[in-house]
Amino acid sequence: MAHIPDGVLSLPILAAGTLAGAGGLALGIRGLADRDIPRTALLAAVFFIASSLAFPLGPTSVHLLLGGLVGLMLGWKAFPAIFVGLLLQALLFGFGGLTTLGVDLVNMALPGVALAALARRFIDAGNPLRSAVLAGATAALAVIVTAALVGGEIALSEPAFTPALGIMAAAYLPLAVIEAAVTAFVTLYLLKVKPEMIVAPASLGTVA
Amino acid sequence: MATDAVDAAAPISRLDRLDTRSRLVVAVALVLTLASLRSWPLLGAGIGLGLLLTVLAGVPARQTLRRLLHVEGFLLILFVALPLTTRLPPFVAVGPLVLSVPGIERAVTLVLRITAAALVVLPLVSGLTPIRLGHALGRLGLPPRLVQVFLFAVRYVELLRAEARRLNDAMRLRGFVARTDLHTLRSYGHFIGQLLVRAVERAERIDEAMRCRGFAGRFPLITLERFGAVDIGAAGLTVLLIAIALVLDRL
Repeated sequence: MAHIPDGVLSLPILAAGTLAGAGGLALGIRGLADRDIPRTALLAAVFFIASSLAFPLGPTSVHLLLGGLVGLMLGWKAFPAIFVGLLLQALLFGFGGLTTLGVDLVNMALPGVALAALARRFIDAGNPLRSAVLAGATAALAVIVTAALVGGEIALSEPAFTPALGIMAAAYLPLAVIEAAVTAFVTLYLLKVKPEMIVAPASLGTVA
Repeated sequence: MATDAVDAAAPISRLDRLDTRSRLVVAVALVLTLASLRSWPLLGAGIGLGLLLTVLAGVPARQTLRRLLHVEGFLLILFVALPLTTRLPPFVAVGPLVLSVPGIERAVTLVLRITAAALVVLPLVSGLTPIRLGHALGRLGLPPRLVQVFLFAVRYVELLRAEARRLNDAMRLRGFVARTDLHTLRSYGHFIGQLLVRAVERAERIDEAMRCRGFAGRFPLITLERFGAVDIGAAGLTVLLIAIALVLDRL
């Protein structure tokens, strides 16, 4: 549900989203050294693959967004990574729109990047439990903020939709819980196996 | 295969005579125009144009249908509520359900607009191979680093998919079935974690190999595509269509 199709949003919203997305991309690329190119690309590929994992939920299933985890691991470089993921999803699966790329990018990347910037300093290998809980909370909040952004953009474009957005928002709540748990377990795993991937300031986790 | 490195391997359609850059620009211009149209006949003409492009690009009907279903699915929840909730003069009232005329009208406009946009974008853009799109984006002036990240990711998605498949096989051999429980969540966490670790270790090896060969931050973007007469024709036709549509819509 995070991919908004072409034709739903009004032109001012599209323009604002595209500008914001381009700004995020510019910030992300500024911090992208030659060495970071293969890393960012490989992590983008992992997130692209992981976001096609379906978690069973009663009779249906939900797909992971992983905005919080991407933000924690990549900082501002999450913008180029998620942009690449969106392009691939559009090409290989036909998901999402062409003119809504900027809006979708902001919806998916910004909450994770902003929340992770707050949470990152408290994540360290010395205290894995606290780190995992914080990472989980970051992931859950990122999903909720993403949902709020999607809803807000649709409501601003087509006010008649506003009452229906409550129903849509409710669909995001189980996803927030699932993302929190998966992100917490990924964090525990990485802290045990390769802590520098998620904590060390020299790693990709630095903010540009 | 998603990553066919050789463009010649992909089937060639009549739309492929256009430069990839013009395909992208035309697609964006058409979709932005559709987003501002309100007249039903014009939106219907947009759907017709989309179908024409679909035929020209040789997109299989099945792929088109799947794409449309996905796009309309997005709106399903919104549509169910839309005619019911617009606080405008009611059309028919069945018990507590009140369908309003303006609500239904807006719903129809949106369905037409979204269908037309999807039908235009699918043949013009979604039919491109990732490599071709990456090169076109680079030649359109996107930052070279961004294009490199995209082209690298295209390459490594296939490799990492193979890794993911091996991990998945190993989990299934040990009796893993995805359920709605904590064990599934933990297993997914470890699965993604291990995939990330392998990816970063691979990235370190790639980085070393690239630096051994003197990578200096850029790769050449090679293409045989030229902006030619066909592209000028397509651009002129697009501008004409958009102008006519905008004028008729305002009348």
